[in-house]
Amino acid sequence: MTYPLSFAGQDFEARPAGTLWWPARRTLIVADLHLGKSATMAARGGALLPPHEDADTLARLEGELAALPVARVLSLGDAFEDDRAPEALSPANRARLGAMAQGLVWIWISGNHDDGALPGLGETLSEIHEEGIALRHIAGKGPDISGHYHPKARLAGRSRPAFLWGQSHLILPAFGTYTGGLDCEAPPLADLVGPGLALLTGPRVMARPLTPGTRRRA
Amino acid sequence: MILPDKFRDWFAARGWAPHPHQLALLEAQGDTLLIAPTGGGKTLAGFLPSLVDLAGGGTGLHTLYISPLKALTADIARNLAAPVGEMGLPIRIEDRTGDTSSTKRARQRVDPPNILLTTPESLALLTSYPEAPKIFKDLKRVVVDEIHALAESKRGDQTMLGIARLRSLAPGLTVTGLSATVADPAGLGAFMGGATVLRADPGPAADIALLPTSAPAPWAGGNAHYAVPDVMAAVEKARMTLIFVNTRAQAELFFQQLWEHNPQNLPIGLHHGSLAREARQRVEQAMAAGALRAVVCTGSLDLGIDWGDVDLVLQIGAPKLVTRLVQRIGRSNHRYDAPSRARLVPANRFEVIESVVALEAVNKGDLDGEKRGPGPLDVLCQHILLTACAGPFDAEALYAEFRSAGPYRTLTREDFDACLDFCATGGYALKAYDRWQRLMLRGGLWYLRDPRVAKLIRLNIGTIIDPEHLNVRMARSRGGAPLGTVEESFAASLEPGDTFLIGGKVVAFERLREMVVEVGHAPHKQPRIAVFSGVKMASSLQVSHRIQALIGDPGRWDVLPSDLRDWLETQRRLSVLPRPGVLACETFPRGDRWHFTLYGFAGRNAHQTLGLLLTRQMEALGLGPLGFVPSDHALMIWSVDPLTDPARLLNADTLRAGLDGWLSGNSLIKRTFRNVATIAGLMQRNLPGQRRSGKQATFSSDIIHDTLRRHDPDHLLLRITRDEARRGLVDFDRIEDMLRSNPLIDHALAPHLTPLSAPLVLEIGRVSVEGEGRERLMAREAERLMQEAGLA
Repeated sequence: MTYPLSFAGQDFEARPAGTLWWPARRTLIVADLHLGKSATMAARGGALLPPHEDADTLARLEGELAALPVARVLSLGDAFEDDRAPEALSPANRARLGAMAQGLVWIWISGNHDDGALPGLGETLSEIHEEGIALRHIAGKGPDISGHYHPKARLAGRSRPAFLWGQSHLILPAFGTYTGGLDCEAPPLADLVGPGLALLTGPRVMARPLTPGTRRRA
Repeated sequence: MILPDKFRDWFAARGWAPHPHQLALLEAQGDTLLIAPTGGGKTLAGFLPSLVDLAGGGTGLHTLYISPLKALTADIARNLAAPVGEMGLPIRIEDRTGDTSSTKRARQRVDPPNILLTTPESLALLTSYPEAPKIFKDLKRVVVDEIHALAESKRGDQTMLGIARLRSLAPGLTVTGLSATVADPAGLGAFMGGATVLRADPGPAADIALLPTSAPAPWAGGNAHYAVPDVMAAVEKARMTLIFVNTRAQAELFFQQLWEHNPQNLPIGLHHGSLAREARQRVEQAMAAGALRAVVCTGSLDLGIDWGDVDLVLQIGAPKLVTRLVQRIGRSNHRYDAPSRARLVPANRFEVIESVVALEAVNKGDLDGEKRGPGPLDVLCQHILLTACAGPFDAEALYAEFRSAGPYRTLTREDFDACLDFCATGGYALKAYDRWQRLMLRGGLWYLRDPRVAKLIRLNIGTIIDPEHLNVRMARSRGGAPLGTVEESFAASLEPGDTFLIGGKVVAFERLREMVVEVGHAPHKQPRIAVFSGVKMASSLQVSHRIQALIGDPGRWDVLPSDLRDWLETQRRLSVLPRPGVLACETFPRGDRWHFTLYGFAGRNAHQTLGLLLTRQMEALGLGPLGFVPSDHALMIWSVDPLTDPARLLNADTLRAGLDGWLSGNSLIKRTFRNVATIAGLMQRNLPGQRRSGKQATFSSDIIHDTLRRHDPDHLLLRITRDEARRGLVDFDRIEDMLRSNPLIDHALAPHLTPLSAPLVLEIGRVSVEGEGRERLMAREAERLMQEAGLA
């Protein structure tokens, strides 16, 4: 069940999977895929995590594309864990991305982990402005739609990735399989977004108020 | 070896004679397991052969002593100082634990003492250094103290792997295990790799009874506050009292209560594992100096620390395990020839019954104990990585070494190879890490690909996976003194001004700063929140069965206090009375949820499994199960809608059919996986005080678990998780036993909470169920918050 929302005069839908759908522009917005996470950790000598997160992330993205009449995909940065990750993407996953992008406009916004682009696929921009809204990796001067913080929110003792919907900022949850999260009531998120709603992802999107400056138990 | 005259004279000068088992151990050949009651000079017996051997002088590390507790090593160092000093023996004794300073530890690696006192984790660390062969080349003896306690957990497996390593480094090594009274000495001998069992004279029978109290025990609750005046009176009459409490939270609460009823201001201390190290050491030193009249403590003081003057042991709350009760009783009257004195103080009425049956079992010498399974493979993985840290190894030789450790004597080559592959490549079906292998095979030997990783691997040492803890400190403006630790989940639930108990003080939460919980004094406030959950102790099956028999036989109720008889009478009137041959269960409403309690008396693990299986069925029936709590005696499930026809679900065939699906991502399995993945080295352990970057670095082990299940269902760690869960959590045999031996199902609809269900409401160890019920609850909460905020 999606959650319809209005931001800076535009209508959007927050989707249970954690993507944002912009029907008027047939644009699917997704943030923080962090492809190549396990390989990057292994190269640094860290733990050898199950090397399946790219396949998992891409499979969920395929599901979103199949469900909607998408004309354009907007990746809001940190699509790759680091700048070497695009090279390291397995041929199978690369082919999958290529197939997904077939016939679509694909835009990579640069993140703080990466330049955000897969060579030969789509175009790379540092940010774009449409209908008076900035689309960028890290929230700046609003109104803007961004990623970066991997927000999560709590309800009845459960914490889930969440959209944060404030007056001038709309922040997306991280979409990548191997991504942790930052509680929406912890600094700096709490004061950044201001009063608004947290929209929790999961089987269906659930809304709860965001109340900056106080920590409430939910 | 015989006892030299110098030693005989030393004993004689103190008016002692060596105990027969001390002499027997001196004469023993090969590995020995000494089983002796507390106060039997067990530790001295363990060290005597080393002291005699070293009396003429020795070089290098001669004896390694391993104890499960850091506090024990300090205590032993103190106790050994007496004979060594008085006989003028040329022996250097030092301890080495996580608390030892890094300069001292570095020096010990270059110049080890003759006798080194350490813990399993410190041993694992020592064997992981490249200089391990040099440190241990002269080693003659290993003494493992309180081996019965180590054998209860993976720390025991780790210790035995460490000893196997030592045997490779120092062939001809003799290992001595020291144990309190246990149910299965031969099994413990096998755990040591085939040690000869030596039993000491058990000494006189203990004087043990319920503590008479002026008020009756309450219906529910775990704090035994009703008995505080009676406990205080007992403390006043005794010289030195040890007050054992089952959990840390209860210890804090009980300690606070005692002080409120302490008009004479008797010195009473507090000791538990969540206190800051400095605070614990102060109490230990005060006890050793005889400056305290009582100490409220938990399992952190459970093992054989020598308190000398203790003449009374009080057990607050049901003792849960007969064997542990016997061992705790041994704390009092640390003299071999005098009977120990112990009194039980049950916290609620159900615990009165537990205590009564435990007393019966003690008097009959009927001990309980669980059979050990084969050594777990996650510990083996950790050990392979640590071995690689010390230097290149040969797989064949390492396999042989592992097989010489008792717990791994039946280890197959396939399992060993699977563990080695996991350590080297991650062991995934998708061979993704050819370039980044952790271990590489070169010239027939396995090497660490990147030697710098050794540091990370060493940080992950150990098999105790605690919930994440945060340090608690007074706010800087108030001096910043450390108070102890609380679980992260507890800290996350605090709002400024919330009060809680720690270190016997009531404090108010101010803020969380850099992973430290800062608090201020709030001495006059009632603590609103209970502290950290602490460790939940489980009763033995044998205690459970005795309870079922007693409750079900009103003719025997005369052994119980009268208020308890009335209480059971109320249970019979309101609902059902559990009895042998009958599976009693009840349904009642409480708050906006329905509760279902089943009195299975099948043990916590079996009830846990039953909880998983029943909630799955309830989910399918649309009853919206929200969670369950298994206890040793019963299972309680709460749900949005009531379970009205349990007989249909309580069918062995139906349950067995559900068992195949039980592995699917429930929270118990995920918790097991988290421990396994951390021990095996897939997840880096979060160390206290280590600052985490919040989002990027940490994603939960649940995500890794789910990813593995979807893409690599045959992975080694999932197999270890399943095996461990099957042994530990599932216990399906006992469910079948329960259904077979209790063929009649007696289900009652009670109007409200019943006497026997009341204690379950307060149980720790709740398991929440993910499903439609959870979604409904979250949706309800979301709606409430939106309305409260005027947004809906």
